[in-house]
Amino acid sequence: MTSQPHRLPDRGRVDRARPLDFVFDGTPLTGYRGDTLASALLANGVHRTGRSVRLGRPRGIHTAGSEEPCALVQVESPFPEPLVPATTLELHEGLRASSLAGRGRLSPDQDPARYDTLHAHCDLLVVGAGPAGLAAALAAAHSGARVVLADEQPEPGGSLLGTGEYVDGLPGAVWAARARTEIEAAGARFLPRTTVSGYFDDNYLLAVERRTAHLGDLAPASVSRERVWRIRARRVLLATGAHERSLAFADNDRPGIMLAGAARAYLHRWGVLPGRRAVVLTTNDSAYAGAGELAAAGLDIAAVLDARPRPGRRAARAARAGLDVRAGQVVLGTGGEEHLSSVTAAVRGDADRTAQDLDADLLLVSGGWSPAVHLYSQSGGRLRFDEGLGAFLPAGSRQRVESAGAARGIGNLAGCLADGAAAGRRLVEAEGFPAGRTASYATEPEEAETPPVHLYVVPGRGGSGHARHFVDLARDVTVADLGRATRAGLRSVEHIKRHTTAGTGRDQGRTSALLTTGALAQLLGAEVGELGTTTFRAPYHPVSMAALAGRDRGRLFDPVRVTPLHAWHTAHGAAFENVGQWKRAWYYPREGEDMAAAVERECRAARTGVALMDASTLGKIDVQGPDAGVFLDRLYTNMMSTLKVGRIRYGVMCRADGMVFDDGTVLRAGPDRFLATTTTGNAAAVLDWMEQWLQTEWTDLRVRCTSVTDHWATLALVGPASRALLAGLAPDLAVDNDSFPFMSLRDAVVAGVRARVCRISFSGELAYEINVRSWEAPAVWESLYEAGRPLDLTPYGTETMHVLRAEKGYPIIGQDTDGTVTPQDLGMSWVVSKKKADFLGRRSHSRADTSRADRPQLVALLPADPHFLLPEGTQLVAEDTLPAERPVPMLGNVTSSYRSAALDRTFALALVKGGRERTGQLLYARTGEALVPVTVAHPVLYDPEGERRDG
Amino acid sequence: MLLIACPWCGPRDEAEFHYGPEAHHDHPADPALLSDEEWGRYLFFHDNTHGPRAERCCHSAGCRRWFHTVRDTAHHEILAVHRIGEPKPETA
Amino acid sequence: MTAESVPRHSPLAHAAEHFRTVTRLSGGALRLAEVPYLTQLTVRAEPGGPAVPGAERALGLRLPAEPNTLTRHGSRTALWMGPDEWLVLAPPEEAGGLEDRLREALADEESAAVADVSGQRTTVLVGGPASQELLARGCALDLHPRAFRGGCAQTTLAHAPVVLVARGAQKPGFWVLVRSSYAGHLGAWLLDAATEYTSVLVREW
Repeated sequence: MTSQPHRLPDRGRVDRARPLDFVFDGTPLTGYRGDTLASALLANGVHRTGRSVRLGRPRGIHTAGSEEPCALVQVESPFPEPLVPATTLELHEGLRASSLAGRGRLSPDQDPARYDTLHAHCDLLVVGAGPAGLAAALAAAHSGARVVLADEQPEPGGSLLGTGEYVDGLPGAVWAARARTEIEAAGARFLPRTTVSGYFDDNYLLAVERRTAHLGDLAPASVSRERVWRIRARRVLLATGAHERSLAFADNDRPGIMLAGAARAYLHRWGVLPGRRAVVLTTNDSAYAGAGELAAAGLDIAAVLDARPRPGRRAARAARAGLDVRAGQVVLGTGGEEHLSSVTAAVRGDADRTAQDLDADLLLVSGGWSPAVHLYSQSGGRLRFDEGLGAFLPAGSRQRVESAGAARGIGNLAGCLADGAAAGRRLVEAEGFPAGRTASYATEPEEAETPPVHLYVVPGRGGSGHARHFVDLARDVTVADLGRATRAGLRSVEHIKRHTTAGTGRDQGRTSALLTTGALAQLLGAEVGELGTTTFRAPYHPVSMAALAGRDRGRLFDPVRVTPLHAWHTAHGAAFENVGQWKRAWYYPREGEDMAAAVERECRAARTGVALMDASTLGKIDVQGPDAGVFLDRLYTNMMSTLKVGRIRYGVMCRADGMVFDDGTVLRAGPDRFLATTTTGNAAAVLDWMEQWLQTEWTDLRVRCTSVTDHWATLALVGPASRALLAGLAPDLAVDNDSFPFMSLRDAVVAGVRARVCRISFSGELAYEINVRSWEAPAVWESLYEAGRPLDLTPYGTETMHVLRAEKGYPIIGQDTDGTVTPQDLGMSWVVSKKKADFLGRRSHSRADTSRADRPQLVALLPADPHFLLPEGTQLVAEDTLPAERPVPMLGNVTSSYRSAALDRTFALALVKGGRERTGQLLYARTGEALVPVTVAHPVLYDPEGERRDG
Repeated sequence: MLLIACPWCGPRDEAEFHYGPEAHHDHPADPALLSDEEWGRYLFFHDNTHGPRAERCCHSAGCRRWFHTVRDTAHHEILAVHRIGEPKPETA
Repeated sequence: MTAESVPRHSPLAHAAEHFRTVTRLSGGALRLAEVPYLTQLTVRAEPGGPAVPGAERALGLRLPAEPNTLTRHGSRTALWMGPDEWLVLAPPEEAGGLEDRLREALADEESAAVADVSGQRTTVLVGGPASQELLARGCALDLHPRAFRGGCAQTTLAHAPVVLVARGAQKPGFWVLVRSSYAGHLGAWLLDAATEYTSVLVREW
């Protein structure tokens, strides 16, 4: 095959000094830098790019831009990517692509490329760098306003790149390049290869910049392949242009059938003649310029079929120039197998008598232009149907957005330039930036337009039906499909879209939406305007998940919070568990130990020797002020204001509905100063909760809350030997039980560091919580660890903590509770004050539902087999066989389950209906298919007398 | 991404805020005086407004202040914001 | 034994070498460094109330009244954190003394409060001409000097809560105050985000 037989020697904007080798469907081919895959294929005479998704019909290149419904290819390398429009895929060395039958293949491999994101703010965002967008940016850029101009193409110019028109005496593309230089010199930002895909609330727009894909293998690994721009704009100007559309005639989908404007673009932009002999079908003036230019470049134009009975002056000029313009004619059908070979032309409305077959390998169609109103509609903008233009136009939005140029129905270059310039000026001035004089632009004179004819469906020969009259090429939807939908009773465009899938392809119906609605209007005998449009939603253009994720993947997906001791835990082989965003040391397996063995060893150390845990993740809130006691009395179910300075009390917080929300300890550091601890996961929620009451309803209380969670590190020293160890490191601290009783605190120097030591126990053992400033924690921990060696000090993790507390029947809020559990349900009536007039949740505790006897209550379960570990979540039933009743009546479920070294058996905590009354009863736990017998027990299984806490 | 005008910090992304409950639905002064039904009304019954609705909002990632918003539930537009204790502004 | 003799360990000590590498490889575009152990005090008082002048005298610094602004005097800085809340930054050696002076000055003011939060956050210097763009990769706030006039703000960066403080007109860049538990995440994020300025990914630790 001759290399690029359809490439003209002296046309187009490709770089002929830079030939590029690529492979399509296994065939090596050559193109040039500046080509798209589509233009390079057409230069090589290749039209067919695949088969259609439902019917398997051959399909080819239909457009020259991102609106392409057919030519979607699979990129094989550098990295596999499915359904890429050949019309926007920039040719690069080494590109391998193949045709598709409507569906692509995702790579099973992880994409090695970087994707990132950037937040941007501007006074004016101009979407689209065609004539209107460039004129707007030029008018705005010198005002001092921050202006961003984004365009999906690699270079500015928009339609100017494909029409060969002149501005100010310069070829459009040259003028556009100069405009870009001027805009950037004035400080505006031009984003090429950037598609604005989403328009969200408050002028927040999402755009995707394709940064390195066009470089192929040469893309630097350190530069992101795609970037998601998250743009907050004071004002937005949509200069998004318009999309040409086709008509529904029989066999309107063959390779070789192309939009008229696309063929013109292939000529001007890429120097390619997409065929040898063409028929043109149009409903409007816009096809004539291209037809004349293509003819001049050597394309044999067999005929121009103008559906208008009186096509007007533009057509007359074309006829004078030698084109065979046939007024009132349309296309009845086409012939050809893999490629178009003939076109049947006929007088509209008189098909059977006037039909004539014309040989052609190219059919250029212009069924009119649809303004790209997608983003406008996404903004919340309303659309109205303009009968004269036959188009939906912007008609007002809640947001600060306007449209300019073809995007609001302006059909000629001079009008678009003037409209854009005026809009750019107006919008920055509305933001307080004087724009100065607005430039005017010289363009070539154009004839007054002859109105288009609004034609959608061209009937085939003699009632041949509409099974091959395609309205949506991407989804293989035909006029016959629409007919079936309407006969099924559907009238709304939204319903018909879902029923037929018209408009749901990758192109989201860019070229097909109005054609579909037009055909539907004809079927229903309705007006297009009254049918309206379907809702336009983001994204306008597909956005890859990788781009949306950006850098929020892997380790950076969600912040990981660590304690100051994290490095020590890691160095000592800790396994970690996630608690909210925190990484907490879970257990510290020694060589050859599994989790169960490690936890058993750690538990034994805490109960018989001394053990050390990092409890720094507990939430800590400094509560100060003369009303702090009153405030805490209202928040907690028990009395806090009576706490003496230097003492500590456990407390539970409920929401107004009486359900437990959080628990922790409150210590009194001074007459007006308390420190409240929260559970690890609830720290932020509790602070917000406190502030909400203080700021909204209890505004008379003089209380100040400050988070000190990260300020303090908390080291829990636990076990009978903890007192001796602490005494050794805190020589000035009197540690005997009388001097330093349970639930009290002392400020002391521990291991050379000023510390606040609290006698708190979450295990039932003698224990201390040593609080030090975060950056001193590693040194103190290390000192404890060294000093504890002779005592075999054992670091332990959260799993051991859970076992120890469960043995004592201490619930974990959020594990043993779920937002429907009262303190009474937990067996903690003792923590609910009878003296206080009120506290949050108090009134709810006397509601009938909250005080009924059969509420789920916290109990312990002892499996009959002392080695059997009940899975957490296991449901409990009363009998050893399941009743026939459905759903099976459940008595409750297991909330925590462990192996206990101290009890030498497994045990569990569970919420069981009327559980406390069932102590001693045998229940059955459904595990898999088995029903395992378990005995209900009082939840405090270990040291019920509480003799161990004082050592 | 809504832009919510914190009455102190000015417009910030919605992600910096936490929504709160319906505004002006205050905790009864003495719940003990309420019948179960009255208490239940306070706890569980809220206007499910289609249109402007007053809500509490907290600038959690910023100044941690609670304030009131009037949000149109039909399209989420925040029609007004005001500080606690300030009168609710008129909204169209 | 005194508190000062005990070795300290800042939340980003392990990142120092990587921060230096980024600074070097970026060719002047970026400067990353941790500024640890700053004295940080939360001061609460009614704005315009009687406690404010006393606090200002003790600090030798005016407390900014406008949201998202700051005041500086000598080595001390006061950041507006809320209508009745300020964060005072001072050199590490002022720990203790400054808090005591403040507490003394506010002893009779029932609505005022002071809390030492020095260990709550560490500070990362993100300097250089590329610093604004670097932060814009993970911060939705408009950091353009025209918009970020007040010079400080509480917001989120890389999904972590931070306080951003502009260094001032002469020096492009910011101090980022980040909670100690989030510092490792933020450090890893900064190294990753700097990749385009260093041309190589400076590995997370």
